[in-house]
Amino acid sequence: MVEVNFGRRRPETVVGLRRVAELKEWEGNRIGAAVTWRRVEREGPGAYAQAARTVGSPQIRNAGTIGGNLGTASPAGDGHPFLAAVDASIEVASATGRRLVPWNEFFVGPKRSSLQQGELITAVVLPERLPERHGFGKVGVRNAMVISTVCAVVTRDHDGRTTVALGSVGPTVLRVPAAEEMISAESNPSEADLAEFARLVSEGVRPITDHRSTEQYRRHAAGVLARRLLERCLR
Amino acid sequence: MIVTFRLNGEQVNARVAGPASLLDVLRDELGMYGPKEACSQGECGSCSIVLDGEVVCSCLVLAADAEGSEVTTVEGVSQGGLNAIQEAMLREGAVQCGFCTPGIVVAASKLFETHPRPTRIEIKEALAGNICRCTGYGAIIRALESVAGGEA
Ligand SMILES: Cc1cc2nc3c(=O)[nH]c(=O)nc-3n(C[C@H](O)[C@H](O)[C@H](O)COP(=O)(O)OP(=O)(O)OC[C@H]3O[C@@H](n4cnc5c(N)ncnc54)[C@H](O)[C@@H]3O)c2cc1C
Ligand code: FES
Ligand code: FES
Repeated sequence: MVEVNFGRRRPETVVGLRRVAELKEWEGNRIGAAVTWRRVEREGPGAYAQAARTVGSPQIRNAGTIGGNLGTASPAGDGHPFLAAVDASIEVASATGRRLVPWNEFFVGPKRSSLQQGELITAVVLPERLPERHGFGKVGVRNAMVISTVCAVVTRDHDGRTTVALGSVGPTVLRVPAAEEMISAESNPSEADLAEFARLVSEGVRPITDHRSTEQYRRHAAGVLARRLLERCLR
Repeated sequence: MIVTFRLNGEQVNARVAGPASLLDVLRDELGMYGPKEACSQGECGSCSIVLDGEVVCSCLVLAADAEGSEVTTVEGVSQGGLNAIQEAMLREGAVQCGFCTPGIVVAASKLFETHPRPTRIEIKEALAGNICRCTGYGAIIRALESVAGGEA
């Protein structure tokens, strides 16, 4: 809508999805694309609900949907780190059928997804079972209405398996396998292990300098944020 | 196309061209000048309305998507005189240029409908999507706190 209001886009045909009831369905681990952030904030699993609570403002959360967040495929989308951290898939439909796209095949570049002409995002499909602990965090210049400088989700399961996914620090949301492997092997991480985890996260991200922040700051903040989220999971 | 919805309790039919926003249709087709346009990008909240029970920025709603919906503007929250929030804002001097006021009144009225006794933090969170360039928010928060405290 913003692009239309500013005359950057003049679509001849628009498809209104607000009243498509099927897209609002939420059954177990399958969340319809037209589910709003407001609903995720109230009904979603921990880290996803935490992410939802930071999106824009009440007005934006009441109208903005998880499908729209994916359709935009912004590297800063606050919903993406959770999907990446739990290895979610995106369900996509066209006139000829439906397919499930793993998150890492969905995001292909800044504001680019693998969605094809004529395809619609219909749902987000989470794994049957989520890791035991998970948390979302975001660094930005103020509390409300702010695009992330860095956003992240860390998950930790009962067996120590840990994942970390970060947004705004690369062309797409990304995971840091080196940090995950290192910390997953530690059943009771020491101070030195946590510091090494943070260092590996800072090393593994691929941020740029732009009008919102610098590469160095984002790299630093990514490590600090990931470590804090991990510490919360361990508590 | 013609879009039919309920506006402040009354059925209306509006002519909608292509991707027009609900804000444009409310103002230009329906003469409802309460919702204001300042940023056209969801940042300022001066265009806030209640759409099917939730406060949204009408500048971001595709007018065609309003078909069959229930829309309330500031004109609709105060039918039959000023409500307690408006009275309190007048009393506290919470209005300067007034451009943000309709949006604030809509967002605050919705807050009090669901939380009759909001805390200061809840008030601030509910208004996080409403920018005021004049008052510095102090008088607005004071006004709403007085309503929450039952002084109204
Ligand atoms: C003021 C403001 C603040 C914001 N703050 C944040 C923030 O803090 N964090 C954040 O992550 N995002 C933020 N956003 C971005 C955005 O509003 C949200 O990500 C929201 O989820 C978008 O949802 P929507 O339904 O409004 O999508 P739309 O704006 O309607 O659509 C976005 C894009 O996705 C496409 N699309 C929508 N649904 C589908 C579908 N089902 N299938 C295929 N394509 C689809 C549309 O064609 C369009 O290209 C903000 C936006 C604004 C205006
Ligand atoms: S005009 Fe709609 S939010 Fe500013
Ligand atoms: S009174 Fe002027 S913007 Fe709020």
